[in-house]
Amino acid sequence: MKQTRTEIMPGVNLNHIQTDKFKIAVMSISLLTQLNRETAAMNALIPYVLRRGTAHYGDMEKISNRLDELYYSTLDPIVRRIGEIQCVGLLASYPEDDYLPEGETVAKDAIGLMCEMLINPLTRGGLLMRSYVESERDKLADTIRSRINEKGSYAVSRCIEEMCCFEDFSVGRYGSAEDCESIRYKKLTQQYHKLLETSPVEIFYCGNDSCKRIAGMLKDALCTMPRGEIDYEIGTDVRMNAVEDEPRIYTETLDVTQGRLVIGFRLGECMEDPDKASLSMFNTIFGAGVTSKLFTNVREKMQLCYYASSFADSHKGLLIASAGIDFDKYDLAKDEILHQLDEIRNGNITDDEMETARKGICSDLSSMQDSQGTMESYTIGNVLDGWNVTPEEYIELVKAVTKEDVIAIAQSTVCDMIYFLRGEEKGEAPEDEEGEPNLESTEDESE
Amino acid sequence: MTPMKKTEYRSIGETLYSGELENGLKIFVIPKKGFNSFYAVFGTHYGGSMRRFEINGETIDTPAGVAHFLEHKMFDMPDGSNALNSLSESGADANAFTSTDMTCYHFSCTERFEENLRKLLTFVSTPYYTEETVQKEQGIIGQEIQMGDDSPGRQIYYDLLSLLYEHHPIRDAVVGTKESIAEITAKTLYDCHSVFYAPSNMVLCVEGDVEPERIAAIAEEILPKDKKSIPHADFGESEALVPAEKRKEREMPVAMPEFLIGGKLKSEAVGMAPKDSATLIRERLIAGMALRLLAGASSSFFTRLYADGTLTRDFDYEADFTAGTGTTIIGGQSPDPERVMTELLAEAKLIAEKGFDKAYFSRIRKAMIGGRLRGLEDFDGICVSLIGDWFDGYCTFDTLDILPDIRKEECEAWIAENITEEKLAMAVIRPVREA
Repeated sequence: MKQTRTEIMPGVNLNHIQTDKFKIAVMSISLLTQLNRETAAMNALIPYVLRRGTAHYGDMEKISNRLDELYYSTLDPIVRRIGEIQCVGLLASYPEDDYLPEGETVAKDAIGLMCEMLINPLTRGGLLMRSYVESERDKLADTIRSRINEKGSYAVSRCIEEMCCFEDFSVGRYGSAEDCESIRYKKLTQQYHKLLETSPVEIFYCGNDSCKRIAGMLKDALCTMPRGEIDYEIGTDVRMNAVEDEPRIYTETLDVTQGRLVIGFRLGECMEDPDKASLSMFNTIFGAGVTSKLFTNVREKMQLCYYASSFADSHKGLLIASAGIDFDKYDLAKDEILHQLDEIRNGNITDDEMETARKGICSDLSSMQDSQGTMESYTIGNVLDGWNVTPEEYIELVKAVTKEDVIAIAQSTVCDMIYFLRGEEKGEAPEDEEGEPNLESTEDESE
Repeated sequence: MTPMKKTEYRSIGETLYSGELENGLKIFVIPKKGFNSFYAVFGTHYGGSMRRFEINGETIDTPAGVAHFLEHKMFDMPDGSNALNSLSESGADANAFTSTDMTCYHFSCTERFEENLRKLLTFVSTPYYTEETVQKEQGIIGQEIQMGDDSPGRQIYYDLLSLLYEHHPIRDAVVGTKESIAEITAKTLYDCHSVFYAPSNMVLCVEGDVEPERIAAIAEEILPKDKKSIPHADFGESEALVPAEKRKEREMPVAMPEFLIGGKLKSEAVGMAPKDSATLIRERLIAGMALRLLAGASSSFFTRLYADGTLTRDFDYEADFTAGTGTTIIGGQSPDPERVMTELLAEAKLIAEKGFDKAYFSRIRKAMIGGRLRGLEDFDGICVSLIGDWFDGYCTFDTLDILPDIRKEECEAWIAENITEEKLAMAVIRPVREA
């Protein structure tokens, strides 16, 4: 598997992986821009509006029919937040020639349709279609509000939102529902042009065609793409310390039967020169997987929950631990999660824990090359970090991580926010004050 | 040594090896050259719906949630160790799941595959339960049940099934309730393991760069030698083809109303005789294709309702076959679920009268042919499908040759028969009203 990175047009890079392992080829185009409150919802809305109609395929039915004709090719909007960089664009996939009826090929048509969708949308008087903008705007606002549906992920996103309330990171990948609702089609057209002209663009391809052929097809299809002065001044502001001396506490009430405890930490000083290998070793030992300290203690030993886990965001420098618990187990669970982190800080890590974590991470990295989707997000994430490390090289780094490295990460972390989502029935309140039962509440209880 | 039969499926570029051990274990192997990952699934034809069965001529009734509870407790080993940890220690990422009619234990790894496979086969065939460990698990599963109580997706799914089915056990949650799992004892688990975890009731499926015969030899060495008779689960009296009830609504903290529309399909649950594999495959392909024609991404029904704001991108549909049942499920979010139902019925009526456009039908067929390739890269998905479909009576890959000769008229007839006012029920979850 050979991976290359080439600038095919000003500020447009092609990350190319050639392999005959897969039956479907995958391509993504991501436009990179700084995440901020003013533009986040507009940027997020753009790919959804583009998906509604192109100059040649003017509505969704025509686009879907075309995709069916191309033997179930797919073309979908993608909106991501990687650190404080917002990545919006399109993700396409199409069958490789070898698996189509003799002599048929869809690569050029599928890539052509994707590029047309990006740079040549259906317009009227030079403006994006008002009806498409308004319809997708309302849908996106509903999508943003629907995060409340799944309580586990809702609690995690609320914790991050409150914890990073003074940072752009709190905006979220789609922006806010209110900002989204205020979008008008003329303004969105302007933002669309600006995004096309100034964003650095990262294209990812994984399939059977050579870099030369793919680059050729892309250059043809994107030849009319307007490019101005590229805005490379994008990046993530990493806050090393907690906002206050003591962790802020935030409680929210909803009609739920199970409580959701989320504890947010800053990864701290280790983010000055982030060592991804040590970070992933630390997080695996602390809260990822069935041999982690959180799973074995909070779930298996104390039986407080069905899930207790953690993840580390190495772009923004956050560590988030969460568990689903009975309302009255708040103190027990919170103390145990913090205690398990202290255990690592104090060096209480067994050799078995080290080796099991190491094997798990190496196995994940090694199997990454069997999945185009995982390779895609790994590649884009690394590009944004300027971290040019192949999975094989990453494995070598993980093999070299010592117990001291892991302890150092744990000691660097700082608890910043303890968030609890609880039900309305009277139970033992975790703190004196409780959050407003209002879903839109953004008050910070500790203030 | 057990011979493994080789079948090549050229249109998708895959080779499947299959065989059966003397103890009745079915084995599938898909060799994958050039991949680093290995994947193994060991599944038993035993799930949440199989609550009543015979053991030594005596009928046993078990509480809801036993199959899932058993799955949780299988990882405990007699020497006090835990198989999940032991697999992690040798670099495997292992897990398990329980559905209405099967329980699967699986792992993926990139090294020490044989060692991990041995561990998998050993722990799943080693029952070890004590009253103490059973009691302990009741707390953890209790939290899992509560998590489901807060999940609109899970609630609405069971709301729909309990509208459709009057008594078939698929209407009850696979995890059971806090009350039902309180009745489970170590003996319940031993009984169910002895009946349902016999190799003759199980399938092993492996994907990766492996030798098929080697897989068979390892399974032969580790698993019990005797061939037990295949257990028979009793799902009760056959049901009417129409829903038991038509509408159910509840309120939950969600942003927009969610809906699931569904209907029962002709199957054993509604008194049909078991079918041969070719008939089963054909029926399922017709159902899948008819639904795609009716409500897929390029259908006029979906594109029209999407454009006018009635449907969203998470709209989805499927024909689901499990535990002797067949069920159409169509759902998503909508500000106006009643309108979705009305429009769906109107569209079906139109199709029943006028039929599908020929060009549209042939485009959808093209898409379905391309669609056969999708999912094949997903090791996990393909192994689980092979096991599930085998329990249902056919081999997943045998669907490939039948797909191109599904006819337009068959899909039209399917719509006319199944998408009707009389056959469909609808469950809705509405946002909690402000007090």
